[in-house]
Amino acid sequence: MKTLVVVDHNNNKLEKSTLNTIKAAIKLENVDLLVLSDSCKDICNELIHIKSINNIFINENVAFKNQLAEDSANFIAKNFKDYTNILFSNTSNGKNVAPRLAGLLDTMIIPDVIEIVDKQTFKRPIYAGNAIATCKSKNKINIITIRSTAFEEAETSDDNVIEIKEIGSLTTNNLTKYLNSELTKSERPELTSADIVVSGGRGLGSAENFQILEKLADKLGAAMGASRAAVDAGYVPNDWQVGQTGKIVAPNLYIAVGISGAIQHLAGMKDSKVIIGINKDEEAPIFSISDYGLAEDLFKAVPEMESKLN
Amino acid sequence: MKILVPVKRVIDYNVKVRVKKDETDVELDNVKMSMNPFDEIAVEEALRSKEKGVASEIIAVSIGLPEVQETIRNALAMGADSGIFVNCTSKLEPLSVAKILTSICNKIKPDLVIMGKQAIDDDMNATGQMLSAMLSWGQATFASKLEIQDKKIKVGREIDGGIENIEVNLPAIVTTDLRLNEPRYASLPNIMKAKRKPIDEIKVEDLNIDIEPRLEILKVEEPKSREAGIMVKSVDEMIEKLKNEAKVI
Ligand SMILES: Cc1cc2nc3c(=O)[nH]c(=O)nc-3n(C[C@H](O)[C@H](O)[C@H](O)COP(=O)(O)OP(=O)(O)OC[C@H]3O[C@@H](n4cnc5c(N)ncnc54)[C@H](O)[C@@H]3O)c2cc1C
Repeated sequence: MKTLVVVDHNNNKLEKSTLNTIKAAIKLENVDLLVLSDSCKDICNELIHIKSINNIFINENVAFKNQLAEDSANFIAKNFKDYTNILFSNTSNGKNVAPRLAGLLDTMIIPDVIEIVDKQTFKRPIYAGNAIATCKSKNKINIITIRSTAFEEAETSDDNVIEIKEIGSLTTNNLTKYLNSELTKSERPELTSADIVVSGGRGLGSAENFQILEKLADKLGAAMGASRAAVDAGYVPNDWQVGQTGKIVAPNLYIAVGISGAIQHLAGMKDSKVIIGINKDEEAPIFSISDYGLAEDLFKAVPEMESKLN
Repeated sequence: MKILVPVKRVIDYNVKVRVKKDETDVELDNVKMSMNPFDEIAVEEALRSKEKGVASEIIAVSIGLPEVQETIRNALAMGADSGIFVNCTSKLEPLSVAKILTSICNKIKPDLVIMGKQAIDDDMNATGQMLSAMLSWGQATFASKLEIQDKKIKVGREIDGGIENIEVNLPAIVTTDLRLNEPRYASLPNIMKAKRKPIDEIKVEDLNIDIEPRLEILKVEEPKSREAGIMVKSVDEMIEKLKNEAKVI
């Protein structure tokens, strides 16, 4: 039995959720890592101290810079089909590549796993997290994506340095071409791994009004999130969306402001340790899952809170 | 240009889903069913490209029990030209759906398949990618912008860091994200017209595909519920609780 974790990264830095995926993989057996990138060195430096890993395989190729699913899936299918488990983080990258790989290998993907019950049995949320399904796999190869908020991070040590091995060769695809990306720049912590998340909804009313929330976030050293309605209205960029079809977060503190609390939103944040809701409607569903609720106008409460924190 | 749009019948997104007492599934009796919202977006996008004169024919396909023909009718009422109903009584999962769709694509040879990025029931987010792999076509997942050109498409994809733009040769698979468009409602005359549009029926047995599920569902249970919280009266009280009780700031 061999387990591979496909490392998620942006060519410079490790995507933090990979550490949670590795932790999940260690519950299986014999874990190797795979880095596909145009420059693997910095990423590998972050990986070599992780405990309980056998090998780090790399393939450095300019074509991997753009992380096209066609290239990654073909490469993994060709070089790792003798593995029992292949794990990805449930990031936009993982969600793009893993099912394609499963299609190539004729195996049923097991997405968004929150618990590994045993080597063939996995739990995953369905219906926006309103139910949890326990699935027993009859696959020969399990291709799994891991919900990072459901697992701790893998541990590191100083003495345990893993060997790095080159593997395989890539034949690039001629189906898809990368053009460019428009990435949101931010000095704030990354949304899915932040300790505190301040999230705003349609109640904010405009992009300018979001600044009062951003001030609060900066005071708390928090990441910014949003509801779908706020993103759809163009107040904030799409990568801030939290929910069933956005990002899944589970910070120590989640502050929901001017968000009603639709199930699709709750699906993305209800595993947060402490939730506070600020909404002028005291009947708003957000209060049903808030540890602390404040029924007040956000334009009064948020600036007051910001000024009283130090 | 021919566009194929797979559509799935799911519990309506407004319904509060409940787990059955025997923990075998969620309650499906007397529950409102609708077209998966992402599939509506897919149908809408196909219709818009026809209205622009880019596409000439839109075919909606659904797989399952006879009820799924209602979902095909919805797509026809929105404006799709014809439907394919794959009659299948067995439990389906993305792998088998992708195999069935592969067989249909080989038969009707669409230039483009537009489909939802995920179904809001099993939240798999997998069928489009699997189908592209099986057909050896390019994939553009999580699309929030689609521009169809002569032999290729340009797609803006919603990724974790923002938007990524790619170009994919046709034939290709596009999976839709929420911000691609806002689907129209079917008008009454179009609902009437849809009744006369053709739906072809295929029996899944006739396709000779292995659709035995690879994932056996052992149990469907309620998620852990959160303990009830409290309402505070003021910002001061909120800060006090966060500092001294929850100890998170
Ligand atoms: C297929 C599908 C997928 C979806 N995926 C997601 C998802 O991933 N994430 C997501 O968030 N949503 C998602 N949604 C949308 C979801 O159903 C809701 O429509 C959305 O979450 C509502 O956003 P909101 O709470 O900001 O807006 P609203 O529901 O309009 O709520 C606004 C709230 O602000 C309050 N408010 C207004 N003014 C003030 C004020 N001055 N002070 C205090 N409070 C105020 C109001 O009382 C209200 O409760 C999805 C929907 C579908 C159909």
